[in-house]
Amino acid sequence: MGITREGIVCENLDEMDVVFDRTEVLHDTPTSYCPGCSHSVVHRLIMEVIDELGILGDTIGVAPVGCSVFAYHFMNVDMQQAAHGRATAVATGIKRVLPEKIVFSYQGDGDLAAIGTAETIHTINRGENIVMIFINNGIYGMTGGQMAPTTLEGDVTSTTPLGRDIYRQGHAIKITEMVAIMDGSYYVTRQAVNSAKTVRKCKKAIKQAFQYQIDGKGGTSYIEVVSNCPSGWKMTPIEANKKIDEQVLDYYPLGDLKTPPKGA
Amino acid sequence: MAKKLLMKGNEALAEAAIRAGVKGYFGYPITPQSELLEYMATNLDSRGGVFLQAESEVAAINMVYGASGTGKRVMTSTSSPGFSLMQEGVSYMACAELPCLLVNVVRGGPGLGTIQPSQGDYFQAVKGGGHGDYKLIVLAPNSVQEMADLVYLGFDLADKYRIPTLILSDGALGQMMESVEFPEYNVEEHLVDHSNWTTVGRENGREQHYITSLHLLSEKMEEINVHLQDKYKEIQKNETRFESIQTKDADILIVAFGLSSRSSQKALELARERGIKVGILRPITLFPFPSDELKRLSKSVKGILVVEMNAGQMVEDVRLSVGSNIPVDFYGRMGGMIPQPDEIVEKITNLYKQVKK
Repeated sequence: MGITREGIVCENLDEMDVVFDRTEVLHDTPTSYCPGCSHSVVHRLIMEVIDELGILGDTIGVAPVGCSVFAYHFMNVDMQQAAHGRATAVATGIKRVLPEKIVFSYQGDGDLAAIGTAETIHTINRGENIVMIFINNGIYGMTGGQMAPTTLEGDVTSTTPLGRDIYRQGHAIKITEMVAIMDGSYYVTRQAVNSAKTVRKCKKAIKQAFQYQIDGKGGTSYIEVVSNCPSGWKMTPIEANKKIDEQVLDYYPLGDLKTPPKGA
Repeated sequence: MAKKLLMKGNEALAEAAIRAGVKGYFGYPITPQSELLEYMATNLDSRGGVFLQAESEVAAINMVYGASGTGKRVMTSTSSPGFSLMQEGVSYMACAELPCLLVNVVRGGPGLGTIQPSQGDYFQAVKGGGHGDYKLIVLAPNSVQEMADLVYLGFDLADKYRIPTLILSDGALGQMMESVEFPEYNVEEHLVDHSNWTTVGRENGREQHYITSLHLLSEKMEEINVHLQDKYKEIQKNETRFESIQTKDADILIVAFGLSSRSSQKALELARERGIKVGILRPITLFPFPSDELKRLSKSVKGILVVEMNAGQMVEDVRLSVGSNIPVDFYGRMGGMIPQPDEIVEKITNLYKQVKK
């Protein structure tokens, strides 16, 4: 019989190297996310970055309304929970009176690209030196699977039962492309977390964004994470991750949309 | 002795806020409060604070929310339609117990209404305003001097009770010029230590702080509700403020707040010249409302006249306070019109005829 560590029974654990462990910046608690949901992965990446950059004592996060409304129960950093759509206004308020602190917002697509569009655009237009994390899963998960501003044409949701018709419900919004052309944005990138490879790249991008804020380089750093919603999409996690590769990334291609000028 | 200055109400309020140590001002232009925003734009950054013009009142109140969560003294100001837009954020702040100073320089409504003065937002101010069971501390100045004085009190009470405090002014008080003196006020002596709940980063690895107004478990939410209601009772017990003018021998009591108390003061003089003994009770705090004082006065006066610049809002609280023991009459003007002293005297005379025995 091997030893038990945090409830895990494993043979000869004491003779093994620890190659992966939970960062202390994540609460030691199960998340409320559905199995396979991208939120858990992105939470972990942000908390690992905060840990690795040694900025826990200086970081304040802002949680949105949506599935990640309880982010502060999982992310063990100081946090404020904002009204629906207002995360970046709240983040602006914090950063303006505490400019030396590190501030990030975490929002879904309804929050950032529908009800909070004005706050999104104007926060970036002012070039607030914060990190904005945008979870784009193309659906309202928390309220039960309604159409999001980023729902793809033809996709069935509970409020587009015949599939999204662009002539009736408009187009899937490309808000990240809009953000990238704004003078106030500094670093704009679109990442995903549907494979080991994309997870690694996404973490690198998040770390870069926080580093820009620490360096006090002018402007907003913005990361869209193309995410899944197995429950809302009515798919298994594997099918959902496959849909991202096969459909979503055609419309929302990955990569940097704006990087700081060389030598900046 | 401080120097006397001639200032607009909006500017006096802004100057007082800077002297009271405001560190963040977030606002959006709207008549008739824009001088306040402009005064902050010109003066706040050079005097230790941050001014930011938001993209909307919705954004402004949420910036106040965020900045308040750091423990700094922060504020916003607006006028009626703008304050309607802020209500969601105010409700969140009330639940999360975030202190701040709010200013509503009221104009006539409903709708886009008029830019002229009004007291039509009384209900919104004292009954909550946004969704859910909450109250604000509501202070009602009636002069440029009080536009300044109530700022210090407003910040102190907001900090003491962790509650948004509202100064309910109006377009005339905001725009008119009077002399004002700024009292000695040592900010450091008034600041409250908020470090056990503010979100400023987990310095030295201390436990996490988070600010929220979300409590999905009904048992927990009810606990929060009970806590808030207890706090409001405490405020009611400790913080009621009013001005009593010639109430001792009064047969007719005028109840009026803010600008309408100024017209009422003139009406009092005119009525007394005609031999009718009139007194005024002027609530300075609209929440907490001076119900006990009203109840006490209702035993010595013969009739009450409530004068407001609306269709009759505070009059409901007066009636709730005094019950049916005594006639309560109402006189109001709306749409930006101000009750004139002679109109008030006419109402007083009619009421006096009814009640004198």
